[in-house]
This record gives sequence, structure tokens and C-alpha cells, in this order.
Amino acid sequence: MPEAVAAPSREPSHGYQLRVVQEVLLALLAKEPSHGYQLRARLQLALGPLAEVLNAGHVYVTLNRLEKAGLVTSERVGQADRPDRKVYELTAAGRERVMDWLADTSWPKPAPAEFHLKLVAAAAAGLGDPVRIVDAQRHELLEGLGAVQRAALAEPEGSVAGLLLEGVVLRLQADLRWLEACAQHWTSKKGR
Amino acid sequence: MMQAINSQVHGGPVVRTRGLEKHFGQGPGLVRALDGVDLEVARGETVAVMGPSGCGKSTLLHLLGGLERPSAGEVWLEGRRIDRLSERSLARLRRHAVGFVFQAFHLMEELTAVENVELPALLAGRSPRAARRRAMELLDQVGLTDRAEHLPSALSGGERQRVAIARALSNEPLVVFADEPTGNLDSGATRDVLRLLDRLRAGGQTLVIVTHDSRIAATADRLVSMRDGVFVEETKLTHGTSRHLGELAGLEG
Repeated sequence: MPEAVAAPSREPSHGYQLRVVQEVLLALLAKEPSHGYQLRARLQLALGPLAEVLNAGHVYVTLNRLEKAGLVTSERVGQADRPDRKVYELTAAGRERVMDWLADTSWPKPAPAEFHLKLVAAAAAGLGDPVRIVDAQRHELLEGLGAVQRAALAEPEGSVAGLLLEGVVLRLQADLRWLEACAQHWTSKKGR
Repeated sequence: MMQAINSQVHGGPVVRTRGLEKHFGQGPGLVRALDGVDLEVARGETVAVMGPSGCGKSTLLHLLGGLERPSAGEVWLEGRRIDRLSERSLARLRRHAVGFVFQAFHLMEELTAVENVELPALLAGRSPRAARRRAMELLDQVGLTDRAEHLPSALSGGERQRVAIARALSNEPLVVFADEPTGNLDSGATRDVLRLLDRLRAGGQTLVIVTHDSRIAATADRLVSMRDGVFVEETKLTHGTSRHLGELAGLEG
């Protein structure tokens, strides 16, 4: 099937993934060898309430992949009262990958271009009122902002996950300000 | 009996306007700051009013709280029409039934925090002892017990606004009107005020907040957008799920 035809599929029930989870795990191993459970705990601490949506098995699957790619090695370590666990260690190639990642300045893609084109296209085709589209989008973002903000307010002072939530809040605020500009532009177009 | 404005539970909306208009100037220079606004605010509801500067949102708040009178239309508070009250009754109503929070705090600079907070209760005729007790309770609620004896000049912006919010609550108002309550605050202080407003909302306080700040708007039950003196859009927020939390933070589904 041609790829362009398929609508993007979302299956939130399977949990969210972190695009950079490989790099993050490698970086966490840079200081000292560690095991899957501990790595997962550190990831959860950094993400706070967002960690709940992360797919639980993802860390283990990713560690297996990293090992196959030669970026980490693992060693089975016996435990007295529990099954063995695998302790992972960073290889030289893995360390290089971490350094590349830290130096990389690419930034997650922002939403404006797609949405802007949607408004222009809707207006051009006469298919929908751009102002209605903006209003619907604003409603979505406000609901999101409310949810993120409640999560942020629930974080204790100085929490590292709180810093992440603050970042999400600031981006949503900027998006909402831009939507306001969109609403004004398309409202004045309508009056003409 | 109808006069006992804040002691009687009324079934309808706490705040209601019909065809509200406010004009400034006259002739060719006439400005319609409000041009026909119908609003109802239910008990316990938080309504945020947003819009660009000069859209009439502050004027609306002044009319709702009896600080100014409309050019046309009606304002009702707890089932009682207030736009035609005498100056004297209106002043009484402002002291007893509503609370105000302003962007610039409007604290009395020569009074300490606790004196500022107890002032409305004293003006409403409570005993000094009862007024002080209530003021200390409120300062505790806003987390400023240890600042009670400070003058406003010795407080940070966020602390001043929390004192102002405590003061607004002094007489257990039917509704609190807030005009850009975070307009002068940095992000840390905004957080404290947001947390406080959210707690008031959860406690069932009726709130009408005029704001530019989308963070405040996002905590409201209902959001009204104004432009050129009229409501152009209205949206109810559900405060429901956090389904998008991960997506918003850049996690991929």
C-alpha cells in the first residue's frame, strides 16, 4: 500500500514512546553500568506524571536493540533470592553516539506550518471557516494546557519533572498566542 | 428579605447581565466599550474573560462589581438588580457581597498585610477581634502567616497579590472579580496565584477573571472571548483526562 494514503495511526493504549529513548538510555549508562529496572526508574523520575503514559516494556526492548547494535554489552549477575539480572555497560561506540546526541542542535518540529496551511487551504477552498478551525484548535490546546498545568502545580518545588511540565506550559502559551493572531487575521478577512 | 444579599441562597445564576452596554464620550467620538453583553455565571463557576486590550473586558468587570454604571442594560447579582441602586446601597454591596482583585494589587501601603486583609471586615461592621481572627485564617490559607505584620513594600509581588486575594475573601463574597491578577507577576509568583485560584475554584468560590494569561484561562470552567465590546466565542473546559499529556510533551504515540 502506498504510504502517502495511510492516515497517521495512533494507538495510545499501547503507551507512548520516547523518540530519543536509545540516546537517553545510553547517556544514563555513561557514568556507570546499570540494569533495566534502575534505568526505568531514572527515566520515570525525570518524566514525573508523564512517565505513566510510557510503554513499560519499551526500556527492555530498547536495551536489547542497543546490545545487538554493539552500543552496549551486558553481563548476567546472579542475585540471592531472585532471578539473575542483566547489567548493561556502554561500549566505545555507544559513548560516541551519546556525545553526538548531546552536540546535536536539531529541535522538535513545531506545529505552525501544518496548521497555517490548513487555514489557508480551508479559506481558499471555501470548505470551512478558518476562524471556526482556530476556535476548535484553541479549545483543544486550552484543555491540554489545563491538564499540564494541574500536573505542574502538583509537582513539589524544585522537581525535575516540574521543569519539563513548565516547558510544555510555555510552548502551549506561545501556540495559544499565535492562534489569537490567526483568529484576528481570519476574522478581518471575513469582514471584507 | 430580598435585601439580605449574601445571607440567602438563591437558585439562579449569581451574576447575570442582559443587553449590557457602556459608552464613553459622545457624538462622533462615541466609544461603545460594551455593546450588548449577556452573561450568566452559575454558583461555584469560574468564568475567564479573554480578549485583546481595549476589547471591553475590564469595563465589564467594573459594571458587574458595581464600580461603574451601565449606559444601557441590566446587571443582576444573586437575583437582585443592582444597576439602579443608590450610591449608598451600591457602596454597601461592594463592601459586603463582592470581592475585587486587581493587577496592581491596590493594597494600602501604610497598613500591614493583616490590617489590609481585615479592613473589609471592619468596614462591614465586624468586631476588631472577629475581623483579626478571620484575617489571620485567610493569611494562613494563602500561605502568608509569617508575613502578617509586614508592610506591602516589604512583600514580593506574588505575596502582595496573595494578600489582595485574602482581602477579597474577607467578607465571604458571593463572587470574586479579578482583573489581570497575574499581569504584574513573574512565573514563580504566577504559579502561586494559579494554585490559589485553583483551590478557590475547587472550594466552590464563584469567580469571574478578566485575563490575558492563557494559564488562568485554562483553569476556568468556562472561557468567554471578547472583541470590540461583544462576546465572540464561548467554550466550556472539561478538566477531564490527561490523554494528551505525553503527546504535548513530545512523546510519540
